[in-house]
Amino acid sequence: MRPFELTVPATVDEAVAGGHTFLAGGTTLVDLMKLDVVAPQRVADITALPFHGISTEDGLRIGALERMSDVAAHPGVPAAVTRALLLSASQQLRNMATIGGNLMQRTRCGYFRDITMPCNKRRPGSGCAALEGNNRMHAVLGTSRHCVATHASDLAVALVALDAELRITGPDGGRTVPLTDFYRTPGERPDIENDLGSGDLVTEIVIPYPELAANSTYVKIRDRQSYEFALCSVAAALDVRDGVVAEARIAAGGVGTIPWRLPGVEAALRGEPATEAAFTAAAEIATHGTTPLAHNGFKVPLLKRTLVRALLELTGGDER
Amino acid sequence: MDIALQINGTTEHLDVSPGVTLLDALRERLGITGPKKGCDRGQCGACTVHIGGRTALSCLTLAATVRQPITTVEGLSTHDQLHPVQRAFADQDALQCGFCTPGQIMSAVAATAQGIDDPDEVREFMSGNLCRCSAYPNIVAAVRSAGSEERRTDATV
Ligand SMILES: Cc1cc2nc3c(=O)[nH]c(=O)nc-3n(C[C@H](O)[C@H](O)[C@H](O)COP(=O)(O)OP(=O)(O)OC[C@H]3O[C@@H](n4cnc5c(N)ncnc54)[C@H](O)[C@@H]3O)c2cc1C
Ligand code: SF4
Ligand code: FES
Ligand code: FES
Repeated sequence: MRPFELTVPATVDEAVAGGHTFLAGGTTLVDLMKLDVVAPQRVADITALPFHGISTEDGLRIGALERMSDVAAHPGVPAAVTRALLLSASQQLRNMATIGGNLMQRTRCGYFRDITMPCNKRRPGSGCAALEGNNRMHAVLGTSRHCVATHASDLAVALVALDAELRITGPDGGRTVPLTDFYRTPGERPDIENDLGSGDLVTEIVIPYPELAANSTYVKIRDRQSYEFALCSVAAALDVRDGVVAEARIAAGGVGTIPWRLPGVEAALRGEPATEAAFTAAAEIATHGTTPLAHNGFKVPLLKRTLVRALLELTGGDER
Repeated sequence: MDIALQINGTTEHLDVSPGVTLLDALRERLGITGPKKGCDRGQCGACTVHIGGRTALSCLTLAATVRQPITTVEGLSTHDQLHPVQRAFADQDALQCGFCTPGQIMSAVAATAQGIDDPDEVREFMSGNLCRCSAYPNIVAAVRSAGSEERRTDATV
């Protein structure tokens, strides 16, 4: 790890003014600093700032510094979010990690984490070792010839499905950004991952209409049963009336360079009967535009099946 | 930087650089070697301690950011009395080489405190503690037997 200066700002103004790299739970940042993947000179421990608390008045609002384990344990949090959190990492990591940090975590692409390898995300212009390398874990949606890494957060997938918004504060004041607009696909600049500018802090996560999430779930498929990132995951919320889908919210993880909302699937489900046949037909749309690499073609059929499984779970039809 | 850490009931004053992890501060500076350095990357759980009564990985925690009391495996027993979870690990033969054991025990203490007993739930809760010797079946048995022992004791007081 390179030497750096550590401060503990007591106020938001102090934190956003200094050109700092922010440290919350440290489970991404300290790891990447040890690997020399990032080497900030000034680090600000933001855990003393007042972005705490979970409130169910006026939508569901969660302070960015709330820990994953505390959010998962809160009764007002929708099932899709709780499950996404409880299927993430381990209990120790969930006690440490904040939900703001979770949304800002970096990709788990092994080449990104290895400073001896070319990687456009870590070192713009150096190339992408994953394109011709071991890309089994990589993305099939939203890729470019500059980067094919997945966004690794489970929570982000659930929040993207549920139309969550981020409250952000920075040197130029505050703003609210829908999470669906927050993340950037790699394009020509894989190093730019989201809408945050220098000094910007995520302060709060808001789910504006939690009632939509009343019937929601998160299904995560991985190489082992616990403590592993997703090969593919689906967050879904369904409002079914008289056997017909009135409203649907769906996003997928493990397959996209960003948490992947699936509006085409949602539209195809609306007005259709809540049956396995209709779910399977709609799931086909999820695979439109997929661009598999040498080792990750299995993710395309896996995405369809994961989606159908999530929808069946929400309609009580999962025990076949 | 000058820092003060409350460890197992004692306050320790240290001068550390900002990049020093809690794990290195404990092991290299204070001689508290219960927490083990397995991966040093947050992946194996051998360095698990309690901070503010909750499990945490000391290898991903910067010592200078810790503001709450720390408990390591050394702080569990009282005088000659092993903690019920330590007793259960010995009784159930829940270790082979023992390298992962302090971390396993710190997680197991949290599991029993939360009343986790169903074998699948125990396995899920303990999945952040890897065991190279694959003592897993006996670890699950130890967590369950310590939990039922603690519940019995609670019921009789
Ligand atoms: C072994 C292992 C397994 C894991 N498995 C999973 C998994 O299965 N699923 C999953 O989703 N995640 C997983 N993770 C990732 C983990 O969830 C993240 O590391 C964690 O959520 C990051 O939160 P943190 O508070 O520790 O962030 P930090 O490490 O403190 O920060 C991460 C980044 O976010 C920035 N940041 C933090 N807070 C803010 C804020 N409020 N505003 C602006 N920027 C901020 C920091 O500057 C930094 O760049 C795993 C991690 C490990 C080590
Ligand atoms: S996929 Fe992206 S993160 Fe991975 S090596 Fe290529 S550029 Fe780097
Ligand atoms: S040494 Fe901390 S998790 Fe492995
Ligand atoms: S007993 Fe040897 S690693 Fe677990």
